[in-house]
Amino acid sequence: MSAGIVGWGSYLPYWRLQRSAIAGVLGSGGGRGSRSVASFDEDTTTLGVEAGRHALAVGGFDPSVLFFSTPAPGYLDKTSATTVHAALGLRRDCAAYDFVGSPRSAVGALRMALQGAAASPSLTVIADLRTGLAGGAEERDCGDGAVAFLCGAEGAVAEVIGGGSSSDEFLDRWRVPGEFDSHVWEERFGEEQYVPLAREAFGAALKDAGVTESDIDHAIVSGLHARAVKAVSGGLGVSKESLVPDVAGSVGNLGAAQFGLALADVLERATSGQVIVVVSLADGADVLVLRTTDALPAAQATRLAAGASTVAEQIAAGRDDLSYASFLTWRGQMHREPPRRPDPERPGAPTVHRSDTWKYSFAASRCTVCGFRHMPPTRVCLECKAIDQMQDERLADVPGTVATFTIDHLAYSLSPPVIGVIVDFDGGGRYRCELTDADVSELAIGDRVQMTFRRIYTAQGVHNYFWKARPLGGSASGGTSANSAAASSEGAGNGK
Amino acid sequence: MASRGIRDQVAIIGMGCTKFGELWDQGVDDLLTDAATAASASAGISIHDIDAFWLGTMTSGVCGTTLSRPLKIDYKPVTRVENYCATGSEAFRNACYAVASGAYDTAMAIGVEKLKDTGYSGLTGIRPVGDGTDPGLSSPAAFSFLAPSYGHKYGVDAAQMKEVMSRIAFKNHQNGARNPRAQFQKEVSMETIAKAPLVAGELGVFDCSGVSDGSAAAIICRTEDAHKYCDNPLYVKALSFVAGPAAGPIDPSYDYTTFEEVVRSVADAYAQAGITDPRSQLAMAEVHDCFTPTELVLMEDLGFAERGTAWKEVLAGTFDRDGELPVNPDGGLKSFGHPIGASGLRMLFECWLQLRGEAPPDRQISTVGPGRTLGLTHNLGGAPGEGVSFVGVFGTELEAAGSVG
Repeated sequence: MSAGIVGWGSYLPYWRLQRSAIAGVLGSGGGRGSRSVASFDEDTTTLGVEAGRHALAVGGFDPSVLFFSTPAPGYLDKTSATTVHAALGLRRDCAAYDFVGSPRSAVGALRMALQGAAASPSLTVIADLRTGLAGGAEERDCGDGAVAFLCGAEGAVAEVIGGGSSSDEFLDRWRVPGEFDSHVWEERFGEEQYVPLAREAFGAALKDAGVTESDIDHAIVSGLHARAVKAVSGGLGVSKESLVPDVAGSVGNLGAAQFGLALADVLERATSGQVIVVVSLADGADVLVLRTTDALPAAQATRLAAGASTVAEQIAAGRDDLSYASFLTWRGQMHREPPRRPDPERPGAPTVHRSDTWKYSFAASRCTVCGFRHMPPTRVCLECKAIDQMQDERLADVPGTVATFTIDHLAYSLSPPVIGVIVDFDGGGRYRCELTDADVSELAIGDRVQMTFRRIYTAQGVHNYFWKARPLGGSASGGTSANSAAASSEGAGNGK
Repeated sequence: MASRGIRDQVAIIGMGCTKFGELWDQGVDDLLTDAATAASASAGISIHDIDAFWLGTMTSGVCGTTLSRPLKIDYKPVTRVENYCATGSEAFRNACYAVASGAYDTAMAIGVEKLKDTGYSGLTGIRPVGDGTDPGLSSPAAFSFLAPSYGHKYGVDAAQMKEVMSRIAFKNHQNGARNPRAQFQKEVSMETIAKAPLVAGELGVFDCSGVSDGSAAAIICRTEDAHKYCDNPLYVKALSFVAGPAAGPIDPSYDYTTFEEVVRSVADAYAQAGITDPRSQLAMAEVHDCFTPTELVLMEDLGFAERGTAWKEVLAGTFDRDGELPVNPDGGLKSFGHPIGASGLRMLFECWLQLRGEAPPDRQISTVGPGRTLGLTHNLGGAPGEGVSFVGVFGTELEAAGSVG
């Protein structure tokens, strides 16, 4: 029994933008491959929630602290980690902290989580959503996604055996608060700073871990500075086979979440007793040396049985016919005429707070007298009229079936038309909601769906988060069928 | 539990109805003044002789002064009523009870809505501060769930369903084309209806009722006083109103092919009025055709057609103006327009004209006659599975004493 990483999760959104689509519109730029794109109803908070759900899907883990890190937070001043905390249904006495600003803060968050693993089980969620200006390298080469790591005192699948850091103050990549796009200094300058910084931290980490370059089975080098990543990779002195391949060609560089995506991928492929080195380049260098334990194969098997999709599966999936115009619209880069409907109202803070188990945790109420399940939760039972005999039931991970659906061309949306579905949940309960990440032409009554946490709209500076349905087993499925199966057997017997 | 009704206790002695439509030159005050004045003239009394008022409006005003201020009514009770799209009927129903109770001798029910001042083409809602979890589907989307569900249940394929829906819109436009008060006074071909741009699901623009401004009013008194004002009053035979527990959106057993609220309220209304065979006993019906599939489903819920057969009856013309049971001979919400608070009273206005033989000859229905003197109004509020329903039955003849069933 040992402290360290005990579980992991990842989330790549449904959409891919083919780089050729950029050149198709702008006449130049673009390139080969594709990048992952958060949908119009996703932000770093919702991406993080999906990765967190993915990590917690195997069950049995109850963190006492949540770290949420992103360079693109939904709010300043207001903590986004509390939204993630609420959507994941974590305990009230679980602390929730943001690490926002630079990509380096993500590495710091995981490092702190690992350092404290023996004392307090934690969930670290890292999300990034990278855009840049139209036609730029950032837009083309980056991607959106999130990862999550559970760290705890027992049952680690990978233990920290060493680490090293180096810091230096220089201008590589920066963005003034409120700015939409990042600025980058001439690349050669940064490259020449990163190479020695990485060498120093890497050397210190190997010494700390008591291993040599030849002991390394998986070497991850990550950073937004592509030239530096390449130069550092080439100079580590590890075997060529141990270098973890770059996935930027198909999903883009996930920025703050990039090292985590690679680490999750390695944990899905590694065997026990292997040495993993993570080198992250961001305003200095951070190196983590991990060794996988005998618990890893069992964890891999559990995730497989739970139907949790791997990083490799998520990279291979995705829908790649997103138009560049839609991408620009979703990112607020193209000012499109809004629907001729009244703007949505911001939700009221007290109203939201009163319903937070429903709004964030997607908890229904089940009548303990007759078993009828109510969504949203109510105090009085529809079926037997019993008053205040309800029990909360979180249905976020319970799949359902489309009873009927409609395409609403009139409802307000950043990406019309809205698909409205009536969902009958396994084990009882019906709810009418929006369907997202779906192909309108393939909709049918009887389709299976699962819930996903989304940003419904933003009104007067307030993000309205809630759940939508999405096709089950869709390309970017968070894979939560383990909980689902449990919930449906437990919920059997409610005929309504 | 009892719902005894007030059969034959209250009589309508005067009515007024403005033109419905995009009335850019008329405000709420104008519409109320016109409808109230027309109703008063029809009853032959001054508005200042009326004892109490019930004003129905959803969004065009709050408080009784919405009516008393423009009409300069001196210190009388004015009750403002709201019950979604059934608001107009609800104002009328409550006024009837006040008169039947003996509290007042005369009362006016008046409904108004000014929808075209918002800057948006569709209906804009009124909602309290929410938690942001309402899916925010439009009204057409909420009602569009009916069509595929009905088709699926009764084996009517999508193309046939579209034809049935178009046929309903076609009929209501034909009726509205003859009605100078209607918003859309134009016949529209089946092809144009079917090919119109989609709004939600299979609902095209022509499957939706007209968003409209308008007002309608009725003046009532107790039956024994009716002939002081009017030679041929219209008697209230039944008034039923129910609100459902909004079960549809949360109950997996609801299949979107019926309105339970309608089934319950119509059973109550028929019991009050002694109706056992509505299709032959009613001379006409004004129903809440907010969207074409709504009218289809209502034909079954109201007992005008057997379950699963209304689509055939629609195609056969059973509910046409010259059919076996004319439905929405004035054009309905579809063609007459739907100013929310006024619609229930507009339906009643058509019964007032048709049952008393005062409709213009070119649109007077022929079903009215000896032994067939009853008309029905049906007004729905909310959405399938989560709403309110009003059913009223009205007739020109008083039941002989002791013959009440």
